[in-house]
Amino acid sequence: MKTETRHEQFEAPSVLGTFLRKLHIDIPLFIGLLLACILSMIILYSAGSQDMDVLIRQIGRVGLAFLLMIVLAHIDPYQFKRYATILFGIGILLLIAVLIMGQISMGAQRWLDLGFFRFQPSEMIKLTTPMMIAWYLAEYPMPPKSRQLFMASVLIIVPTLLIAKQPDLGTALLVASSGAGVLFFAGLSWWIMGGVAAVLAALTPIIWRFMHGYQRDRVLTFLNPEADPLGRGYHIIQSKIAIGSGGIYGKGWLGSTQSELEFLPESSTDFIFAVFAEEFGLLGSLGLLTLYLLIIARCFYIASQTQDTFSRLLASSLAFTFFVYVFVNVGMVIGVLPVVGVPLPLISYGGTSIVTLLAGFGILMSIHTHKKFR
Amino acid sequence: MSKLYAIKDHILEKNLFVRRIVAALIVISLLTTGLIARLVYLQIVGHEHYSSLAKDNSIKIVPLVPTRGMIYDRHGKVLAENTPSYSLEIIPEQVANMDDTLQRLQTLLDVSNEEIDQYQKLRKRQKRFVSSPLLLSMNDEQLAKFAVARPYFPGVDIHRQLVRHYPYGDLAAHVVGYVGRINESEMKDLPLAEYRGSSHMGKLGIELSYENALHGKTGYAEIETNVQARLLNTLNEVNPQPGANLYLTLDIDLQKTAYDALAGFNGAVVAIDLKTGGVLVFVSRPGFDPNPFVMGISNEDYEALQANENQPLYNRALRGLYPPGSTVKPFVALAGLEYEAITADQKLFCPGYYQLPGVTHKYRDWKKGGHGAVDMNQAITESCDVYFYRLAATLGIDNMVSFMQKFGFGEKTGIDLVGEKTGLLPTREWKREKKNQAWYPGETLITGIGQGYLQVTPIQLAKAIAALANQGKVITPFLVDKIVSAQGSSPGIGLNYNTVSVKTENVNSVIAGMVNVVHSARGTAKGINKNINYQIAGKTGTAQVLGIKQNAKYDEDSIDFKYRDHALFVSFAPVDDPKIAVVVIAENGGHGGSVAAPIAGQVIKQYLEDNHEN
Repeated sequence: MKTETRHEQFEAPSVLGTFLRKLHIDIPLFIGLLLACILSMIILYSAGSQDMDVLIRQIGRVGLAFLLMIVLAHIDPYQFKRYATILFGIGILLLIAVLIMGQISMGAQRWLDLGFFRFQPSEMIKLTTPMMIAWYLAEYPMPPKSRQLFMASVLIIVPTLLIAKQPDLGTALLVASSGAGVLFFAGLSWWIMGGVAAVLAALTPIIWRFMHGYQRDRVLTFLNPEADPLGRGYHIIQSKIAIGSGGIYGKGWLGSTQSELEFLPESSTDFIFAVFAEEFGLLGSLGLLTLYLLIIARCFYIASQTQDTFSRLLASSLAFTFFVYVFVNVGMVIGVLPVVGVPLPLISYGGTSIVTLLAGFGILMSIHTHKKFR
Repeated sequence: MSKLYAIKDHILEKNLFVRRIVAALIVISLLTTGLIARLVYLQIVGHEHYSSLAKDNSIKIVPLVPTRGMIYDRHGKVLAENTPSYSLEIIPEQVANMDDTLQRLQTLLDVSNEEIDQYQKLRKRQKRFVSSPLLLSMNDEQLAKFAVARPYFPGVDIHRQLVRHYPYGDLAAHVVGYVGRINESEMKDLPLAEYRGSSHMGKLGIELSYENALHGKTGYAEIETNVQARLLNTLNEVNPQPGANLYLTLDIDLQKTAYDALAGFNGAVVAIDLKTGGVLVFVSRPGFDPNPFVMGISNEDYEALQANENQPLYNRALRGLYPPGSTVKPFVALAGLEYEAITADQKLFCPGYYQLPGVTHKYRDWKKGGHGAVDMNQAITESCDVYFYRLAATLGIDNMVSFMQKFGFGEKTGIDLVGEKTGLLPTREWKREKKNQAWYPGETLITGIGQGYLQVTPIQLAKAIAALANQGKVITPFLVDKIVSAQGSSPGIGLNYNTVSVKTENVNSVIAGMVNVVHSARGTAKGINKNINYQIAGKTGTAQVLGIKQNAKYDEDSIDFKYRDHALFVSFAPVDDPKIAVVVIAENGGHGGSVAAPIAGQVIKQYLEDNHEN
């Protein structure tokens, strides 16, 4: 009797359910992402001096990103696994190409000009690094042994250093954490994690020596914002004033008075959370964080439902990286982390970040909707 | 360890994975709690404190913008200055009745309806308590009228600002450049703290390449303001440091002479001080007035400049690519002597054409009947093409190119301006790479008379001719003589040179031919030797714009002006103690001797006369 009921459930799913499953879209995730993007438009309109052009451009990019997400969701995760090495290799080559071109033009360069659009290889590597490491580790039993750990570390360190050299500290951090995420979910021993943390702490003075002048400035400014009131410190001070003056309920949409924030284009990009918190207050900020947590929770649910190691590692790493994204940006804007160039995911103005993010969610949907056994 | 023995325990792995997800969720919760705690601290505990900072009597940090450095010519004449300009600004929050105020201002100051509309648009986009301009630059009458009526217009005020002004307008626009409003993408590359408050930066010319020196160092003031954004008190002030003044090597009077002399043609004149390497004249004609660019040129005006077929925005002296024509002959001649492919006395016969062995194609001389037997001196004097076809064939493209490269052909000169072009010194490798073809012997011949693929910029040609005059000392040309700031004086890019080792007697043989170009009866530029008590060494050149078919005749009068040949002239003087080198390119000028040489003659004359007095 029991088996029959179950059988019936599979035989007669809702029409809408069938349709969406055919589309390979995960409804809860899709709704969460859509909500975030709508919120993004609302706050961008306010932060971008109510300029409709800004909004229209962003809608175009978001539309494109959603399209890419749906396309990726249709690809069987087996294909990601199959092409992981090639994609990763291409990504590394492109990163090297960007570095060489940057050296020729004697300046920092992050993108390749493909004529019709600018392509940042570091964005692609954000997805291919966890893919590559997941592919590599999936061949072995979990938890990984020291030899696999060594190989995986190399696979993390190479792209991270290439990106840090561009220099793009924010992206380097995200790539490193996506790779580290895979190792963590593969069952990396707590002892090793503790050891690495201790070594890193010991290495801090050495890392300091290799940092660019402006990167050091950022750290110093973070430790003492008042020291540089016109530059980065001013930014953090103004950001804190904006958020603090928002209070519990906020000043309402379009009510942001911290005009000082508007002197920079960054009020619609990296520092948009300050505008959000000023206009919508603590309640709004908590609401936004809740939305992020719901998206992350759904991603982990998807990860927990996987049936093979590759999908499991990739899905959980993508979910974890998304959280790092949120944490680093919000932490920086509210003054608990140094300023690194990481946008607020799904909300900040700009095309490259949203495309990569939604591509990641496309992979997650693919993993969830292509399961062999339900 | 081998994969063969690595057996996966799926249940164990799954359990491990679930434990890790739980651990991750715990970490995420803890970190999120941290963020929330901080938000609560800022938005509840600190709310009152931050609100007062944001709203009421708040302390603002206001950048104090440094005054931009001035730009002078070599005699201290002002090329770029800062002049005061007055705008009428309104803070909407301080105006009780906006419509009434605007109406009264309109009758008082004769403000146009367009200006009112413009202001209404600006005001909607502006932040609160920040003024927007109704009038961008007020005339004296408006200033006087408003000064009297000011008490009746609360919230309306006159703002004084310094606006960059270029007194010489189009004359030096391609050298000095201009400043313009900083746009969003430029802002990203600028040091944030230094440019808070700066609205303008150098966009072209010296203004761009010396932006760092000219800008100065931004200071700041901590001021206390009230809710109406009125200044209550200044607490602390760090003064800005004004930008450095630049003294150019340019002689603006000489520049004017050259610019006026070139009237009627598009083209370029470059003159170099042979004693220092400093650039005396840097003319690109037509010029354009840089002043409208400072406050933002209107779209129509900008499009008109862009659409203008004479391309006034194009810096020909720096970026114009021209076939050098016969002006390369002195260099080819010198290469011939240095490689011992020929001696100065050796005569070659010119029947009016040259044929490569086994080829029917005739490479023609400009003179139909030919020059007869000519030595090097005559070949340069009369610009005999056949002599140089034969010399080029003997030298070969590789020797010719590697010699000319030492004089700076095919390379940027390194002048202190942004956007310089490289020109083109064609090699076998270049042709293989770009055209996927072998180098043909015929191409060696036409390279020897400065045609074919060879392309130079006027500044490049000037650098090369200066090096010839200086016996092989190749100096990087520069425009900024010194940078003078409160801290003292420093050079621009300074004196940089390298020396090509050439025999003095060889150089003198070539120069002797160039002297005859001007001072002998058969010289192609003999028209400029009147009334001068010094010797000029020169070489004319004619660069083809239109390919002339075999056996066809080039008839100047019958073809369109724009297809007429470019006229070139390279020169230096006085020959016994070279002081100035001058290069002239007159587009579609026809003949180097009759059009370009007199312009150079005028520049040389004025410079030597002026310097004789001193």
